[in-house]
Amino acid sequence: MKILVPVKRVIDANIRVRVKPDQTGVETANVKMAMNPFCEIAVEQALRLKEAGHAEEVIIVSAGPEKCQETIRTGLAMGADRGVHINTETTLEPLAIAKMIKAVAEKESADLVILGKQAIDDDNNQTGQMLAAIMQRPLGSYISKIEKNHDGFAITREIDAGLEKLQITSPAVVTTDLRLNEPRYASLPNIMKAKKKPIDIVTPEQLGVDISNRIEVLQVTEPPTRDAGVMVSSAAELVDKLKNEAKVI
Amino acid sequence: MDYPLTEEQQMLVDSVRAFVEQELAPHEAEVDRTGEVPDELGAQIKNKALDLGFYAPNLPASVGGGGLDYKCLALMEREFGKTSYGLHGYVHRPSEILMVCEGEQIDEYLKPCVTGKKQEVFALTEPGAGSDIMSMQTKAVREGDGFIINGKKHFISSPVIPDFAILFAQTGVTETPRGERKLVTAFLVDAGTAGFSIELGPKCAAQRAYHTWQLTFDHCRVHESKILGEQHQGFELADQWLRMGRVWVAAGCCGKMERLLGLATNWAVERKQFGQSIGKFQGTSFKLADMAVDLKASDLLVMNAAEKADNGMMKNEDAAIAKLFASEAVGRAADSTIQIYGGMGLMEELPIERIWRDARLDRIWDGTSEIQRHIISRSLLREAGG
Ligand SMILES: Cc1cc2nc3c(=O)[nH]c(=O)nc-3n(C[C@H](O)[C@H](O)[C@H](O)COP(=O)(O)OP(=O)(O)OC[C@H]3O[C@@H](n4cnc5c(N)ncnc54)[C@H](O)[C@@H]3O)c2cc1C
Repeated sequence: MKILVPVKRVIDANIRVRVKPDQTGVETANVKMAMNPFCEIAVEQALRLKEAGHAEEVIIVSAGPEKCQETIRTGLAMGADRGVHINTETTLEPLAIAKMIKAVAEKESADLVILGKQAIDDDNNQTGQMLAAIMQRPLGSYISKIEKNHDGFAITREIDAGLEKLQITSPAVVTTDLRLNEPRYASLPNIMKAKKKPIDIVTPEQLGVDISNRIEVLQVTEPPTRDAGVMVSSAAELVDKLKNEAKVI
Repeated sequence: MDYPLTEEQQMLVDSVRAFVEQELAPHEAEVDRTGEVPDELGAQIKNKALDLGFYAPNLPASVGGGGLDYKCLALMEREFGKTSYGLHGYVHRPSEILMVCEGEQIDEYLKPCVTGKKQEVFALTEPGAGSDIMSMQTKAVREGDGFIINGKKHFISSPVIPDFAILFAQTGVTETPRGERKLVTAFLVDAGTAGFSIELGPKCAAQRAYHTWQLTFDHCRVHESKILGEQHQGFELADQWLRMGRVWVAAGCCGKMERLLGLATNWAVERKQFGQSIGKFQGTSFKLADMAVDLKASDLLVMNAAEKADNGMMKNEDAAIAKLFASEAVGRAADSTIQIYGGMGLMEELPIERIWRDARLDRIWDGTSEIQRHIISRSLLREAGG
């Protein structure tokens, strides 16, 4: 089995995100970037499946500017085998990304695509679902568990009502939830090996995908600042405030 | 750190940082309170570090070490410096001196230190010989094919009771134009050797979960095959190791400073008095500015020393300058952070008072600030013919 793991380069989760003065987006110049945490979980799961003997190869793919290669290297330093960089400076939307991943998944004959359920920057939560739809493959979104078996994969999904256990056939697409695993730290030998692992570079045109934007961003603004809370001394006071001050009940 | 790092260096920093934040830092308050790292926790940290290749990163790959260059090592030390040395000690960086092991010493001492099977201590300081190491009283007297050792060492540190000591003992004197000079030899002395006893040293206010040991040698006989390096060349050996040790201390100080600056800055924004963030008062904000300058300067001094070491160009004074500046800067930073936090800064529920105590040690071990100034000024005067 071959596993493809698409990863996204995002602003590091520990950084305070700032809106650009012209409100066209958020400040990314000279800001520390990192692999999206849900993508890290996806890489980890792919590596665990490989270590359990279910996969021969784990391939990392990332679309975006040249710097994305650093994010791919992070995946290679965790232990993945090789990378594919889809090089483009264009702002990418989930559908365009899904189409490009489809092209790579088909070229690589990937049996399983593991994606993060969403990226912590745009929080779209769309790419995995779109990918499964356009590839016409079974989808397991928000998984907290996955096991390979002779029919495909036994998965557990985190849904509002609890946990849903499903069996899906291979090839498949899954997206990771937070509780699937705890990603490993890159080991020193793997960090040193990462540089020598190959990264293929392709363009959206070579993949035959039209990535022109369908969404126009009008304005990006800071969320409103929250006022300080107040302590209430009793439930009665709380109810009173909710009724008369906040006017929500 | 605001410094141009290569992709590999950045990955190393990210990985070590995550390791420190998730595996070490959650335990730092508790081990400081009890003064002990539970055996299971120590073993867990050590085993994970071994798996990740973080153990013995300083020794060459040819003996199973990480084979990192000095810059990468400085970056690692910087991350580990953010937490307790009692915990960091389990991610051991064996004495580079062990690289002069020869013949059977390689399998008996060097390799087990790389694989974590053995833990050494570096035994130089004595109750009567601290900064003035030449006043060392521990003697090793030749007897047949071995030596008889008598003397006492203290402040010899290791997180756990050591398996062997790299012991520095006087083995003779020589005449020099400046008078008599002691000749010192390094020996590998196993714990359990007759006449060699190890006792836990006194409790220390800094790095409480780390330990110092007192080593006593009472007619302790060692075979001549236990000489490390050349006979009478112990000082030269010790000197080589002490130099790099100073850069590691300085790197750890940078880590502590980065942590302090983060804490102080957040508090300056969050804490409101007189109707505004205390950061709006220049009495507070200028302290932050000074801390940032101290941190940047320290980082640059460390990276400069490490880069010179990588090129075989580092001088004693490069390491001394970095260690002197960074250890004094972290002291200022800890003090300022407490001042910015007010009373909260001294409360044990925050890490600040602990970092403040821990940082105090950095001006003492691996050569006091005065000794660093002595090294720096001596090199200036010598060059001018003084
Ligand atoms: C926690 C801890 C761990 C340690 N670990 C080890 C270890 O593993 N191995 C090891 O060998 N040692 C170790 N040491 C010893 C450490 O290196 C010494 O404490 C240090 O070198 C200072 O020696 P001292 O404490 O005897 O102070 P002293 O040398 O007695 O100094 C006292 C004061 O006199 C000043 N002074 C001395 N000489 C001069 C001078 N010429 N000019 C100006 N001022 C001077 C000093 O700067 C200092 O302010 C450790 C110490 C501690 C506290």
